[in-house]
Order: sequence, then C-alpha cells, then structure tokens
Amino acid sequence: MLALDKELLAAVADLHEIPQGAMNIRKNGQLLTRNTTANIDIVTKKDKPGIDIIIKEGTKNESVHIPVLLTETGMQDMVYNDFFIGDNAEVLIVAGCGIHNGGDGESRHDGIHTFHIGKNAKVRYVEKHYGQGDGKGQRIFNPETIIEMADGSYAEMEMVQIKGINSTLRTTKGTVGAGARLILEERLLTHGEQYAETRMDVEVVGEDGSVQVISRTVAKDRSKQVFYPRVIGKNKCRAHLQCDSIIMDNAQVRSIPEIDAQHPDAQLIHEAAIGKIAGEQIIKLMTLGLTEEEAEATILQGFLK
Amino acid sequence: MLELKNITYAAQDEKGKNDILNGINLTLERGRFYVITGPNGGGKSTLAKIIMGILQPTSGEIWLEGKNITDASITERAKMGIGYSFQQAPRFKGIKVGELLNLAADKDRKKRAYCETALRQVGLCTQDYINRDVDASLSGGELKRIEIATLLNRKLKLAVFDEPEAGIDLWSFAKLTETFSALHKDSDGTIVIISHQERILELADEIIMIREGVVAAQDAKEKILPGLLCSPEGCELGKGEKKYACIR
Ligand SMILES: Nc1ncnc2c1ncn2[C@@H]1O[C@H](COP(=O)(O)OP(=O)(O)OP(=O)(O)O)[C@@H](O)[C@H]1O
Ligand SMILES: [Mg+2]
Repeated sequence: MLALDKELLAAVADLHEIPQGAMNIRKNGQLLTRNTTANIDIVTKKDKPGIDIIIKEGTKNESVHIPVLLTETGMQDMVYNDFFIGDNAEVLIVAGCGIHNGGDGESRHDGIHTFHIGKNAKVRYVEKHYGQGDGKGQRIFNPETIIEMADGSYAEMEMVQIKGINSTLRTTKGTVGAGARLILEERLLTHGEQYAETRMDVEVVGEDGSVQVISRTVAKDRSKQVFYPRVIGKNKCRAHLQCDSIIMDNAQVRSIPEIDAQHPDAQLIHEAAIGKIAGEQIIKLMTLGLTEEEAEATILQGFLK
Repeated sequence: MLELKNITYAAQDEKGKNDILNGINLTLERGRFYVITGPNGGGKSTLAKIIMGILQPTSGEIWLEGKNITDASITERAKMGIGYSFQQAPRFKGIKVGELLNLAADKDRKKRAYCETALRQVGLCTQDYINRDVDASLSGGELKRIEIATLLNRKLKLAVFDEPEAGIDLWSFAKLTETFSALHKDSDGTIVIISHQERILELADEIIMIREGVVAAQDAKEKILPGLLCSPEGCELGKGEKKYACIR
C-alpha cells in the first residue's frame, strides 16, 4: 500500500495496519482489498456500485472496516452500502472517506449507507471524513445514512468531519422501533470558505423508543454551517436534541431544530446554543502557561472530542 | 520578591470612569504567607488580576525579583512562576479534571500520582473526579476545589488564591487549611490568600487590608488580627466613611 493511502487510512479509520476481521477497502472506485469472516460476509452489489455487508444473527465482538480512499483528482464516486445486522448481533462498524485532491478537478464522494438493524442488536458506527491536498480542486462529500431499527435494538452513530472538506450535505433518516435507542453524535469543524449542512429526520414509531442527538461544531474563518435536526414522536417515547456550536472569526452558524410530538406521551426536548469561546477559559489556560493560540486549540480539541 | 509601585486601576463603565485601585504600594517577601482581606468591592480581586497580568494597571509598575514585569503577558508571568486561583473558576466542556490538572502541572509532575495528590489535598477522591468533565455537571464547591488544585503541582514563586474558602463545606475547609499550612512549610514560594475567614487569617505571617482601592493596613498577624476580630463599633480599622463589616 502507498504511503499516502496509509496516511488517509489512519485519518479516517484510525487504521495503522491492515485491520483484523472483516473489511473492504475501496480506492478510486475500485476494490483494493476485502476480507470476510465466518459471521460477516461482504458481497459486491450487481445492480449498482456498492456492497452488502451481512452480519449473522448473534455475532459477538466483531468489527467491520469499510474505508474509501480518493486520491485521483476529478474522481467522482457514488456508492450504495447496505448493512444487514442480524438479531442479537453486536458489532462495531468503521467507515470513512479520505480524499487527497492534489489537482484542480472536483473530487466527490457520495454514498448512501442503509442500516437494517435486527431485534436486540447493538451497533456502534463510526464515520470520519477527511480531506487533504493542495490543489484548487474541491473536495465534496454528500453522505446519506438510513437507519431502520427493530424492537429492542441499540445504535450509536458517530460522525466526524474535521477540516478539509469544502462542501458537505449530510442527511440522516431513522426509524426507531419499540424499546430501541438511537444515539446520533456529530462533530464538525469547518474553516476557510467551507459549507456544511446537516439534515436529520428521525421518527420514533415504537413504544418506549428513544433518540438522543448530540451535535458539537466549530465554525472558523468565513465558513457556514446549517443544522436541521428533526425528531417526530409517534408513540410514547423520549427524544433529546442538543446542539452546541462555537463560532469564531466571520463564520455563520444556523441551528433550526424541530421536535414534533404526535402522541400524548411523547417527551421531546431540544437545546441549542451558539457562542464564542469564553474569554475566561482562554485566560485560565494562559495562567497555566499556555499561549493564547495553545489555549484556544486546547479548548476546541476538548469541545470536539 | 514582588513589588507593586503606586498601582492604580480605573475601569470604564456606562457611568464613566470608575477608580478601583488608587495607588497600591506593596512589597511581598519570598517565602512569606500573606492574607489579603477587606470589604467586598475593595479591590482585592482586581489587584490579584493585575499581579497575574489579566488586567493592565492604568499606572504604576510591577517588579518581580528585580525585573520590571509590568508589560509581561499572562503566559510569560505564568512561566516566571506566578499562579492565580480564580475567585470564579471557568468551566470547560470536554476537558476532564485529570486533563486540566495535567495541563497545569509542571513538566516533571505530569503523572497520575501527582494529580491524585493534588485532588487529595483539596479533599476530592481521585477515582470519582479524574475522568469527569470540568463542566456544568460539577457543583460549585467541587469546581472551586479543582481550581485550587490547579496550583498545587506547580513550583511557584508566588501563588495567589482568591477566596479559596468560598462555597467549601466545613469538612473540606479543614482539609484546605491543612493544605495551605503544608504548602507554606514545604515550599519557599510566597503565598497570598485573599480571604474573609478567621481560620485562614490565622495562618498568615502578615495580613494586608485593602479598602477603597488602597492598602489600609499591613502588618504582622499578631498586630492586625485582634483589631479585626471585634464588634463593628469598636473596630479600629472599621472607622472611616464606609463602615467595614467586621469578620466576626
Ligand atoms: N470592569 C469593571 N467595571 C466597573 N467596575 C468594576 C469592574 N471590575 C470591578 N469593578 C468594581 O471594582 C470594585 C472592586 O472589585 P473587586 O472584584 O476587585 O473587589 P473585591 O475586593 O475582590 O471584592 P469581593 O470581596 O466581593 O470579592 C467593585 O466595586 C467592582 O464593582
Ligand atoms: Mg474578589
């Protein structure tokens, strides 16, 4: 594997070696390597680009890594990945896309990830987006995530995008069954002229389903962020939306949360706050010997961790 | 060690200029324990912030060990060995207690054992706190104690604690006074505590009274303390235009 590939893999999937267990690495639209296990199968789709990841009922302590690398300028990649997670399975899924665009063409990775989560299954999903390269070429991501949660299932979805992506529209749609719990965590840092938009649409249909949305973002320079999380409670359920943003320089952050209760026992809460770093925090860290820049970096790092 | 020469400070607010410090002259010797006291609004915290470099004096000079540091930044003063524990500590989303204490600690004390000691010295159990965020979930007294702990793993020439007793329960307060005594005994740094508490005043070598932006009195504890601990009418230092509320 090339040094650049390794660097991108480390950034998007914390992978420093070829991972153990099931994996599928896709580079510039082609399959680079694949590994399957007794419980986890990966099959290339026949009708469109993408893969099916099939996790057997009752699988425990296994992981799947499916990073995507784009290193050619002007590369436009579109994939459909479907995850079939069997009843009672417990699995960690690490996805992510690293783009190195050293040229002037537009690099673009759009993907639709669909999760079919079985009864009482537990999933932790981590997705990181990372862009680098000095060319003028734009680096664009438009990921879409669809989550269907059967009764009693649990999913924790962590989506991270730190720098390097010029434009992103991230869409997440979810349906939560009885007693199921969905946690959506987003961490985002934009700078320069970047634009990032997040749309979340989650319906809680089953009794005692619950949703928690935690969004922490930082907008620097002249970047813009728009956030539209929406939760609909169609049954006795709970939801908590929490959006926290730090705004710096000449950036703009818009946060438009919506909670829609369609059942008398739906308990829905949203909290949204936007503000700059408190001057006191910077001063406190400076009194410990940090420079102003170090203090700011420490505060942002903690906030986005 | 530290010399304040004719320090004045005026704040600008909606009503115009507001003189807060009106010519403070003060010399702090190496290795001594000072307690600064005085009525609310007298200018104690303002003075502490001027020493730390958080506020710039309107006029006057600050000298540390024969060097004029009036123009030195907060960071520079921290590196020279000045520390300040805030009266009102800020909270940090996403920074853990252990991480903050580690950031604060000197290079050779960035180990868990030192963090544990500092937490113990302020009466907190390491296991319960080290992995908690320094955010709104901490109670006022817990936050205050962590703030104090940020000075305990530093070899400081001058440590200033601004009302460390505020919001601290009786049991932790006893622990805290022990910690300050031990700090005084084990280090040759200068300690300044801003306080209204008799039990802290009793720890002092010298007491400094700041009232209406000037040093109203400075002397050995034995000389000042009896005058402070009296009824308002009989209080020597309480006389003047504005009544000084007595400590007891
Ligand atoms: N930025 C400011 N603008 C206007 N007035 C200020 C400003 N900062 C402080 N003051 C005033 O200066 C005075 C001194 O404040 P300071 O915080 O130093 O008092 P203190 O002696 O520490 O009091 P306390 O015992 O209540 O902590 C107060 O009257 C306060 O209201
Ligand atoms: Mg004060």
